[in-house]
Amino acid sequence: MDAVFKALADASRRELLDRLRAESGQTLNELCTRLDMTRQAVSKHLAILEDANLVVTLRRGREKLHHLNPVPIHEIGERWIGKFEHSRLQALSDLKKALEAGEA
Amino acid sequence: MSKPKFVYVTFIRTTPQKLWSALTDRDFTKQYWFGVHHETDWKTGSPWKLVFADGRVADAGEIVESNPPRRLVIKWRNEFKPELRAEGYSRCTIDVEPVNGAVKLTILHEIDAPGSKLIEAVSGGWPLILSNLKSLLETGKVVFENKPAAA
Repeated sequence: MDAVFKALADASRRELLDRLRAESGQTLNELCTRLDMTRQAVSKHLAILEDANLVVTLRRGREKLHHLNPVPIHEIGERWIGKFEHSRLQALSDLKKALEAGEA
Repeated sequence: MSKPKFVYVTFIRTTPQKLWSALTDRDFTKQYWFGVHHETDWKTGSPWKLVFADGRVADAGEIVESNPPRRLVIKWRNEFKPELRAEGYSRCTIDVEPVNGAVKLTILHEIDAPGSKLIEAVSGGWPLILSNLKSLLETGKVVFENKPAAA
């Protein structure tokens, strides 16, 4: 679990996860074209995310496609969120989203 | 854009054989899959069904590849929601691989329908099922007995 927290403790890596959430299965090149980071930096961040099992890669021919793997984050939620708290937390989260959407 | 799919990976402290049994045993499946069970003999080419506790068929299809205890490929179509059924068959690949005394479980689920609602639906369900499965194999207990209220 240390690897997951370490991987998440960086804004650039969270940004990469956001991109993969928006579109799963991107190559390193695809990820680089839309980010303000060097290819080398993106590659390094992806390696850290992969070590933490937050990113999973699949081969398609010669390409390596990156996918977000939400399972470790789900396990973190499960460790600290009781099974009866889900609906209340969801209600709170929905309220926050509804109120903040109004501000935009 | 690549076709709709997700890939989930989890590591479980068990053996490939035990994990395979957990994935395919009817009574064991019910414990971590919210009462749902499979109806199939798990042989390549055999029909496959996922059945609710009340007997309704949730999903159905065919075992495309069965290589115990390593790989299972299922041709998978939703049967109880017309708009999901209309998307046709998806493909679910389950890989079991020993890694450093644990087992790496990879679930890859994909479909050719752009903007698939089926993939959206199953992608929400799998993390809960995987957590329950991991917990049941490692500690003998499930995390969620009933599915938490839909998000």
